Amino acid sequence: MPTVTLDARRLVGRFSLKAMSQVGRLSYLVLEMFRSLGEWRVWVPRTFEQAYHVGFGSLFIVMLTAGFAGAVTALQTGYQFEASLPVYIVGGLVVQTIILELGPVLTALLLAGRIGARYAAELGTMRVTEQIDALESLGRSPISHLIIPRVLAGTLMLPVLVIFADLIGILSGWWFAATGILQISNADFIYGAQYFFRPLDLWYSIVKSVAFGLAISLVPCYVGFTTKQGAEGVGRATTAAVVSASVSILFLDAVLAQILLPSG
Amino acid sequence: MIKLSDVHKRFGELVVLDGVDFDVNQGETVALLGPSGVGKSVLLKHINGLIHPDAGEVYVDGLSVPHLQRKPLSMLRSRIGYVFQFGALFDSMSVYENVQLGITDEECAADRSYCRSRVAQCLDLVNLPHQTAEKYPADLSGGMKKRVGIARAIAGQPTYLLYDEPTSGLDPVNADIIDKLVTKLRDSLGVTSVVVSHDVRGSFRVADRIALLKDAQIRAMGTPEEIRASTDDAVLEFFERDFGTFLHEPG
Repeated sequence: MPTVTLDARRLVGRFSLKAMSQVGRLSYLVLEMFRSLGEWRVWVPRTFEQAYHVGFGSLFIVMLTAGFAGAVTALQTGYQFEASLPVYIVGGLVVQTIILELGPVLTALLLAGRIGARYAAELGTMRVTEQIDALESLGRSPISHLIIPRVLAGTLMLPVLVIFADLIGILSGWWFAATGILQISNADFIYGAQYFFRPLDLWYSIVKSVAFGLAISLVPCYVGFTTKQGAEGVGRATTAAVVSASVSILFLDAVLAQILLPSG
Repeated sequence: MIKLSDVHKRFGELVVLDGVDFDVNQGETVALLGPSGVGKSVLLKHINGLIHPDAGEVYVDGLSVPHLQRKPLSMLRSRIGYVFQFGALFDSMSVYENVQLGITDEECAADRSYCRSRVAQCLDLVNLPHQTAEKYPADLSGGMKKRVGIARAIAGQPTYLLYDEPTSGLDPVNADIIDKLVTKLRDSLGVTSVVVSHDVRGSFRVADRIALLKDAQIRAMGTPEEIRASTDDAVLEFFERDFGTFLHEPG
């Protein structure tokens, strides 16, 4: 029995040390990013390049997902509240659900897979094939060449994509609710949407998406940048990046709801 | 001048360098030999600060590399060309862009016509046709990748060149081309070079001095003649086991 306790303590100790060391290294990377901001001639053009890949490259899949999410939300609301609540509730619920939760969270989770995996695989491959060492050996900073453009592109483009997702989600929900299966009038839908809408909701959605954007770009960049052990390491880094970014999104979602939304 | 003094490095439990002393004089070419996985590349990466020692000193031009701040380290690195074992070419960039990235002087790098002529010059020096500039690393053979790696390393007109296994994985003809290139660059550019290699014959051809890294220490260092005349068991074991009677061949 004492051995089991000792083993458990060791396990917890090791895990804590590892976690603290990762947090320390991530903080160091962030510090290095701030120190490299002066090299704007390097990172500005590369940020535009990355922003194009993140933004334009993800637009179709983000709009498709948001479209389905809006439609399904409208259908399920109609199904659950049929004959028990006024029909304009559907308008309010679709708009609120899309803006407050589904738009930012679904888009971020989607990009955690699409962009997070890509960043981790790219940087991981560059690390194990010594391309990052080569950059350093040429007196160039890998932080300003590789990390800052990716992190900025992810952080800035996610809010833009979320705005698109919100718009498409609401339009799709409206179309399904109003002209589709539920047969709710435009006037009822708009009345419901306006009745429950607060401008704070839109800000909340955007602030959330900035935080999610930072998580889905910074975490995979860190994981990819610190990859070890060849092709297997790149595979492991890619998986770890997607899982860590997704968990970060869910964690931030809970924390930001607590901090930003007025209670009561 | 490069000088490593009592350098120690370990990765976890594995002791890679245990009190290594190593020096390279100006204009000299030193070949660093040793069994696989002994830490030759680790030693090489200490010279340009890609790896920091756990203890000991690393000096290049009198500057203590591990203690340099970002900016001076970056400036020092721009004077040290590094040829990576597998080329380490940026695969998303063309050969032209790869070599251009080696131009470390900011003013020169901003001048397009200088870049064009410098890239062409570097490709000439490594015996690659100018059409190669348009290609991507994935379209090149192993030998061509190594030569592009060398072209990138010399593009910034370095005073030092560090070669990490420049001939590994190449057939004898290509290995010979690279060996001649190392000599040609030393003669034409006057660079100080360190060549990490497995290729004993090639090393004896190109190097002014040879060092043997074994059991985490420099076991022998001297001119090819001195190494040939060595009676150290470690030297005899390394050279004679793998290369027969090579040590006793006439120089």
